[in-house]
Amino acid sequence: MTEVLQSTPDREELILNMGPHHPSTHGVLRFIVHTDGEIMRKAVPDVGYLHRGLEKIAELQTYPGYMPFTDRINYLEVMFTNMAYATAVEKLLGTEVPPRAEVLRVLVCELNRIASHQITLGCITMDLGAFTPFVHLLRERERINDLMEALCGNRLTFNYMRIGGVSQDVPDEWLKQLEAFLDHFEPVIDEFDSLISYNEILIKRMGEVAVICAEDAVGFGLVGPNLRASGVDWDVRRDLPYGAYPQMDFQVPVGMGEKGTVGDCFDRFIIRVEEMRQSCKILRQCLANLPEGDIKAKVPKMPRPPKGEVYSCVEGARGELGVYLISDGTPKPYRLKWRTGSFAGLSIIEHISRGLMIADLVAVIATLDVIAPEMDR
Amino acid sequence: MTPTIERGPEGGFAVGPIDGLLNLARKHSLWYLLFGTACCAIELMQTGGPRTDTDRFGMVFRSTPRQADVLVLAGTISYKMASRIRLLYDQMAEPKYVIAMGSCANTGGLFQESYAVVKGGDLFLPVDVYIPGCPPRPESLCEGLMLIQQKIEREPWLKKAWGKYKSDKPDPMPTEGCEPLR
Amino acid sequence: MTTASKEICKKLADKLGVVLDFREEAGDPWALIPAERWKQACLTARDEPELSFNFLRSLCGVDRPDDGVIEVVAHLFSYQHRHALVIHTNTDRSASRLESVSSVWPAAIWHERETFDLFGVDFTGNPDLRRILLPEDWVGHPLLKDYEEPDSYRGIPTTRPGYEKKKFGPQLKKPAPKKPAPKVEKKPEGGEAPKGTAGSAEQK
Ligand code: SF4
Repeated sequence: MTEVLQSTPDREELILNMGPHHPSTHGVLRFIVHTDGEIMRKAVPDVGYLHRGLEKIAELQTYPGYMPFTDRINYLEVMFTNMAYATAVEKLLGTEVPPRAEVLRVLVCELNRIASHQITLGCITMDLGAFTPFVHLLRERERINDLMEALCGNRLTFNYMRIGGVSQDVPDEWLKQLEAFLDHFEPVIDEFDSLISYNEILIKRMGEVAVICAEDAVGFGLVGPNLRASGVDWDVRRDLPYGAYPQMDFQVPVGMGEKGTVGDCFDRFIIRVEEMRQSCKILRQCLANLPEGDIKAKVPKMPRPPKGEVYSCVEGARGELGVYLISDGTPKPYRLKWRTGSFAGLSIIEHISRGLMIADLVAVIATLDVIAPEMDR
Repeated sequence: MTPTIERGPEGGFAVGPIDGLLNLARKHSLWYLLFGTACCAIELMQTGGPRTDTDRFGMVFRSTPRQADVLVLAGTISYKMASRIRLLYDQMAEPKYVIAMGSCANTGGLFQESYAVVKGGDLFLPVDVYIPGCPPRPESLCEGLMLIQQKIEREPWLKKAWGKYKSDKPDPMPTEGCEPLR
Repeated sequence: MTTASKEICKKLADKLGVVLDFREEAGDPWALIPAERWKQACLTARDEPELSFNFLRSLCGVDRPDDGVIEVVAHLFSYQHRHALVIHTNTDRSASRLESVSSVWPAAIWHERETFDLFGVDFTGNPDLRRILLPEDWVGHPLLKDYEEPDSYRGIPTTRPGYEKKKFGPQLKKPAPKKPAPKVEKKPEGGEAPKGTAGSAEQK
């Protein structure tokens, strides 16, 4: 929905309002676009339409009691938010997670990363006007949802991890299903590539559009795929290893400027396709060497971490996902703060939107992969 | 009130009250607004996806409220968003229906302790169908949509169109007509 | 981690020419920067080649009503050297104000807006200091420990009719047994607002 709000007669500037309800699929967010004909002067994002006060709620919950709320921080990467919170509390408590639980965590995280990228890639293509790939990817996503439901009983809000481990062990049956899914899904990525990624129209819409240079990307705090697309070779999984990632062998794709300049929309798109391949690779390694043993360390029912503070981060599907947790020795957190990729990602839009066409704005939002709950929390 | 379809010598014909005929047509062309606020929106998308295809009920999504019949409140509603949702609702043409999807839209759900979440969509909109779940499965959303269909079937539509019908669901925040766009 | 942080902190202190308060508790250690040196410290941390903290991970507020301060915490990270630093600073709780670091890291613009929105810290020099998450007409700063929820917002009740109002009010941490004695004196003052200061007075 785009409506004319106000235009000044003396200057040829038109102010358009875009959102908070608009037919792209990133949750509710709004842009105030200053345009000069088709060219944007600037687009000012307005966020907060999904602010749920999850940081305040944390102060009213016990440590294990906050776990279900972490699912709602970002419903597309639930496993990562679970894991970021769990690792933060474990760091404070000094808990050692059993090896089987560590590998299981990596396994579900990578599965979740594929599901999240499927939605992202589908949304990018849908925002650019192609509806079919979106339905294709949703079809594949249903299979992941089925796997997750078999594992933890919900299709979206998994609440799978616990402080000190995971809640359920995986049955062998499930591992076979996962393998069958991987056998099916890896060719689908190639099909996606040949059908969509190198489609001429998509390249024209995304190549050379909204180039973010490495300096800007670091300065504005972009993380994850957006940062790597700008040519900064950084991945928390590889560079600040946590969990079972040191045992895994995978490549980190970096933007090459394949169809334009390094850091354009196409780079941000193609990196995510490549990451799905790498996730499949990690999943196969997890399946091959899943250790036996416990799935949960011994943690008191009502943990009281010692006084202190900790920052713990994991590499989510949208980049570094951090939790800053302060404990005062009571069973409830004193303060909890989420550092999310989308919040920083959106703040750069005002800076890069100058001089773009209006139609490119959706491409920028879609490829930056911002999602409302993560920005607003 | 559903009209019966009969087969005659020169093709078929339907017998029944006009209301029933109109309702039959309305019931099978429910267009919903493509709009979601939080997690439940993903399930709304999946419901429109290949597995539980809502197109078979004649339900397709529309991107503008002017063409939509059903508003699905999919997700948590914050105070900042509530006034915008009300604006969207006011822009929809009569007859319009509201489905509250998920516990957040029903009662505020998980976020009872939050300072920023509206404790239920029915505090500012007349809601027709409530779907429990966090998030509801696509199947339950389909059931909710079918409940709306049943409701439409029973409605005395002509009376309603002439303004002689009082709804049993009063609007908690009535607006006079449509708010003009700024 | 701790020794590395200590060295980094020492380097920063040398460059600034002050002695920094370095705290180690469970978890991550951190350094306390005097509020008037805040921006200078950030600038040094970014520009000194040995430190080169080019990535502002997060910037947030922490309310400490018992001490009468609102802390501002910044998490810094350097991609070149792969080291991290946590710096705190204290601002006065009744009139909290701090120099903005948005010219050091552009990412700080939004982080500071968020801190302003939720804690009411006034960042001087921020080019765009408005509410970001909450509506413009919102009253109060909800992440303060003594924030109290109003009964309704724009005609929408904040509690579901028929339900009990959630006890969401002051979560000031006060030792319970101590409370009765000063209560008698404090009673005539009444009001909710001075609770924070009352708590701090008790502590001292
Ligand atoms: S009901 Fe549950 S899944 Fe739906 S929006 Fe609320 S928290 Fe999210």
